[in-house]
Amino acid sequence: MNMIEVKDLHFAYEDKEVLRDIDLTISDGEFVAIMGENGAGKTTLVKHFNGLLKPARGEVLIDGISTRKSTVAHLSRNVGLVFQNPDHQLFSETVFEEVAFSMRNLGYPEETIRKRVKFILETLDLGAYAEASPFMLSGGERKRVALASVLVSDPKHIILDEPTIGQDYQQKDRLRNFIIQMNSQGRTVVIVTHDIEFVVDCKPRVILVSKGSILADNSYDSILSDRELVEKASLVSPQIAALMSSLTNLNFSPKILDLYHAKSALEQRFGEIVHKAV
Amino acid sequence: MSIRLFEGFKFKQKATLLHRMDPRPKFLIALTIFMLSLIFANFVVLLVLFISQLPLVYVSKSMRRWFGSMKGGVVLAAMIFIMNFLTGSTLVFSATMTLRFIVLVSAFSMFFMTTSPDDLGLALEKARLPYTLSFTFTTAVRLVPTIALEAQTIVDAQRSRGLELDRGSLIQRVRKYVPILIPLIVSAIRRSTELAEALESRAFGAVKNRQPLATLQMKPLDWAAAAIALAVLAAGIYVQIYVPIPSFDNGIRMPTLWGVPPGS
Repeated sequence: MNMIEVKDLHFAYEDKEVLRDIDLTISDGEFVAIMGENGAGKTTLVKHFNGLLKPARGEVLIDGISTRKSTVAHLSRNVGLVFQNPDHQLFSETVFEEVAFSMRNLGYPEETIRKRVKFILETLDLGAYAEASPFMLSGGERKRVALASVLVSDPKHIILDEPTIGQDYQQKDRLRNFIIQMNSQGRTVVIVTHDIEFVVDCKPRVILVSKGSILADNSYDSILSDRELVEKASLVSPQIAALMSSLTNLNFSPKILDLYHAKSALEQRFGEIVHKAV
Repeated sequence: MSIRLFEGFKFKQKATLLHRMDPRPKFLIALTIFMLSLIFANFVVLLVLFISQLPLVYVSKSMRRWFGSMKGGVVLAAMIFIMNFLTGSTLVFSATMTLRFIVLVSAFSMFFMTTSPDDLGLALEKARLPYTLSFTFTTAVRLVPTIALEAQTIVDAQRSRGLELDRGSLIQRVRKYVPILIPLIVSAIRRSTELAEALESRAFGAVKNRQPLATLQMKPLDWAAAAIALAVLAAGIYVQIYVPIPSFDNGIRMPTLWGVPPGS
């Protein structure tokens, strides 16, 4: 059974309850975005997926194995978790060594490490920096090094905490393509993000978390087109959705979330208007 | 985990006598305990020093966090004990040194738990310390919990990359802290540079003579506490010089490879 299963998860830091009554199943090869306000418990939730945090009550199963019965190192073979801030993990002299670190920990042979690192650096547009110091790179580049350093060992389930922070539009686009590529190769992808436009572009299943529990769990278009729900989770509707719903007298569907959809809807409506006028 | 040690040094506002006290007599109390624990290398005296702090901890309503800092210090305390005992000190002497460490951690944990960094800064300014220096000190105190939290995140990030801190030989384990320490130091340096820039852009140091909004005022209770601390310190020094205290040391020690150390 290859999947992430969370059953009746409760978690508290000291006496502050951070997560409660979390039940969810992420099937193999799914693409999920976890969204919600600051402090909603998103990062705490994903830290349960590789055993960094153990449930106070309930249980988290990765591929059928309870995280309580496994170590983080063992789980990290199958679950790659990329943290929000790359500066919390970079320490090597060169980008190559930095990226090779997790593979060395997992005991891969040197030849495999060399090949995999080279491949992932090229894929993430970092090939030119293999021998550079990770500390000399820009914020966006450091973020990609952190990403590479986890993805290099090719985990089955990939969890990215705020992957788009500090990335310019082009890099975001590359990242999106890369994530979609990994997902289409059968890997589970879970992203934690506030970036609503990025979610619209990626079209994942969305899990909305608010104040430590799940507010909604559905496809991206049914959640993001529900204004009340979006506001409840401290998010703002995508710009296109806001524009389309503000054109009230033209009566567009609230499910119009991206540019292409909007374009065809507008064309159709104008066609109708022109047709009527003629 | 040793990170919990820092929890017991974090200030938390509470409505207790100890929290309301002026920071100066409070520091004097901590300093008295500090000096006495250095003057006496006697297990019983240190035990008395330790127990005498318990009512203060109770009054400050910080028992749990104090206990947390004690638990966090256990690893270091155990190391002190083992190092002493293995290098030929007697059992009682090793225990005494360990207790001395615990007394010190406890005294300063109590001081920092009940004294806000603002009060501390005011006290340092009252002591005529230049503002830049007192600011540096209070900022350092303020940043300890932040850095402790950051250390935990770094540990989590590296564990997610397959790093196992608790496996391997002693040397291997020490080496495994490199991926923790480097990001911690780098981000501390980054943070301080950013802080310096932010301070400068908000005209830090533009005025030479600062006029604090709130000033510290010693109340009768503060004077009494200071007087008691000084009296205890004086009594301690007197006892150390003039009153012989039995050492209770039964001389049990580890047999070392090179036999009993000379002069014992």
